[in-house]
Amino acid sequence: MSQPTGSASLGHAQQQPAPPPPDLVEVTLTINGSPKTLHVAPWTSLLDALRLQLDLTGTKKGCDHGQCGACTVLVDGRRINSCLTLAVMQEGRAVTTIEGLARGDALHPMQEAFVEHDAFQCGYCTPGQICSAVGMLEEGRATTDDDIRELMSGNLCRCGAYPNIVAAIRQVMDAQATDAKGTDAKATNKAGGPS
Amino acid sequence: MRAFSYDRPDGVDAALRAVAGQAESGSPGSAQPPVKFVAGGTNLLDLMKADVMRPDRLVDISRLGLDGIEETDGGGLRLGALARNADTAYDERVSTRYPMLSKAILAGASAQLRNMATNGGNLLQRTRCYYFYDTGTPCNKREPGTGCGAIGGVNRIHAILGASDQCIAVHPSDMCVALAALEAEVRVTGPRGERVIPFAEFHRLPGDTPQIDSTLAADELITAIDLPPQGFAAHSTYLKVRDRASYAFALVSVAAALELEGANGATIRSARLALGGVAHKPWRDREVEAELAGKPASLETFRDAARLLLREAKGRSHNAFKIGLAERAIVRALAEAAGVEHP
Ligand SMILES: Cc1cc2nc3c(=O)[nH]c(=O)nc-3n(C[C@H](O)[C@H](O)[C@H](O)COP(=O)(O)OP(=O)(O)OC[C@H]3O[C@@H](n4cnc5c(N)ncnc54)[C@H](O)[C@@H]3O)c2cc1C
Ligand code: SF4
Ligand code: FES
Ligand code: FES
Repeated sequence: MSQPTGSASLGHAQQQPAPPPPDLVEVTLTINGSPKTLHVAPWTSLLDALRLQLDLTGTKKGCDHGQCGACTVLVDGRRINSCLTLAVMQEGRAVTTIEGLARGDALHPMQEAFVEHDAFQCGYCTPGQICSAVGMLEEGRATTDDDIRELMSGNLCRCGAYPNIVAAIRQVMDAQATDAKGTDAKATNKAGGPS
Repeated sequence: MRAFSYDRPDGVDAALRAVAGQAESGSPGSAQPPVKFVAGGTNLLDLMKADVMRPDRLVDISRLGLDGIEETDGGGLRLGALARNADTAYDERVSTRYPMLSKAILAGASAQLRNMATNGGNLLQRTRCYYFYDTGTPCNKREPGTGCGAIGGVNRIHAILGASDQCIAVHPSDMCVALAALEAEVRVTGPRGERVIPFAEFHRLPGDTPQIDSTLAADELITAIDLPPQGFAAHSTYLKVRDRASYAFALVSVAAALELEGANGATIRSARLALGGVAHKPWRDREVEAELAGKPASLETFRDAARLLLREAKGRSHNAFKIGLAERAIVRALAEAAGVEHP
């Protein structure tokens, strides 16, 4: 979708002339903690900007229509589908992708839990699952396994790794709850990518 | 996606100037106005990728500051048009005073989408009719005058009430079904000044002009949605029936709200009932609501109401099942709202 389609379709029977090269728009985003200035065509989705311009291919394109969750990233700490927003619409915001969750060589607790619980098979949905799970814990609305299933329903897994995904998230959620009881400070500093 | 230019005006006036002069083309959701507002983008960008919507210019209204939720003088709540669906549903005033609305919003889409989707955009989302999305097929809503692919085609998700021989599409929103039952009002501003549209008059039936979804003009901006003080918090619910347990559009949904009186709340004082997934707009039937008033809150009353509401329902080759489904969903929703045991 990063190319304009001049193709004929019903109601637009005439072949359009090749579109002129697009006017690029300047966008500044904080990507995984570092400011980046990009020049993008207005119709570039955030997903395509991440994958094609910034070479951050951890974020996946599954459907490109908001239906699968593979493209989930965190924008200012909130999970969204990067395929259904334009890069220009996110001007000035902080984007955290799967590449930005680990601290150096130390995996994010959610990444560790996914490995520990074997919460994937092919792995294609996994970056989206992990970013979504991190966003969900930040929202703080889930308490039961059924809550996890409902609030993670925007992330499909064709391999059907759901039981292990729920178990992995559960583990991180419980660990955070225990942490929060110990030190109040930690509760506000939970998962959410490098700040 | 086709090429377009992008703008982020810094105020409501500038946003209105950007769409000025295109009132003739109908509602923002209709035909092909050359300039479109974009809010969350979750419906418009999807339709642009499918080449169903083809604006030349997008005007980003998401940072206009219309995203608050405030008390109104009359004791109701004003929901900013640009407030996100998730922030609206989880707002404590909404979830305690209008639980049916929170429930309806949270029954829609996914957590990620609700974080992006705005209240104004939710109202103006377009149908999920398969033919509407498929530019290789005829569709009167997408290309007026080309015919309707769904009539005589695959119409499992289509309307059983209020359809026309031009279009049998349904409005897909969950939030709007609750807003219809609550008698919300849509606040709008435009070159002809401000106006307030009662929710029942916001969406329209397809008739001969299915390309027009709503009574909003293409040069108007929704600024807020007002909720009246009566939220039916004690006796209301939203029931959504769909093909999977989550992240699917409604086949049928019901917003049911009751005021009960008498010993143990055994009698219905007033009722509101709105259906989703069955028509081109959230379906409300005041005759049925009036019929419920004064009746005992019993399964028998609810069954009578359901049959009355569906008296003119019309099934097609694949969606006739919705009539029985709607009947049972109405009974269950009313029973849940009333706290009456149901099978
Ligand atoms: C996979 C998927 C599943 C979904 N499932 C559901 C579901 O189960 N239930 C449900 O209810 N919804 C569902 N949705 C739809 C979702 O709720 C809508 O896409 C969303 O509410 C639209 O809001 P937005 O802010 O993103 O709108 P946009 O896409 O930005 O805009 C939609 C339209 O509204 C216009 N507009 C927006 N704001 C204003 C304003 N203030 N004034 C005037 N015009 C305006 C735009 O010009 C455009 O025409 C689903 C969407 C997807 C992609
Ligand atoms: S039902 Fe309406 S939207 Fe669907 S194909 Fe027919 S005209 Fe188009
Ligand atoms: S690629 Fe964005 S939801 Fe599927
Ligand atoms: S692990 Fe293969 S899609 Fe989820």
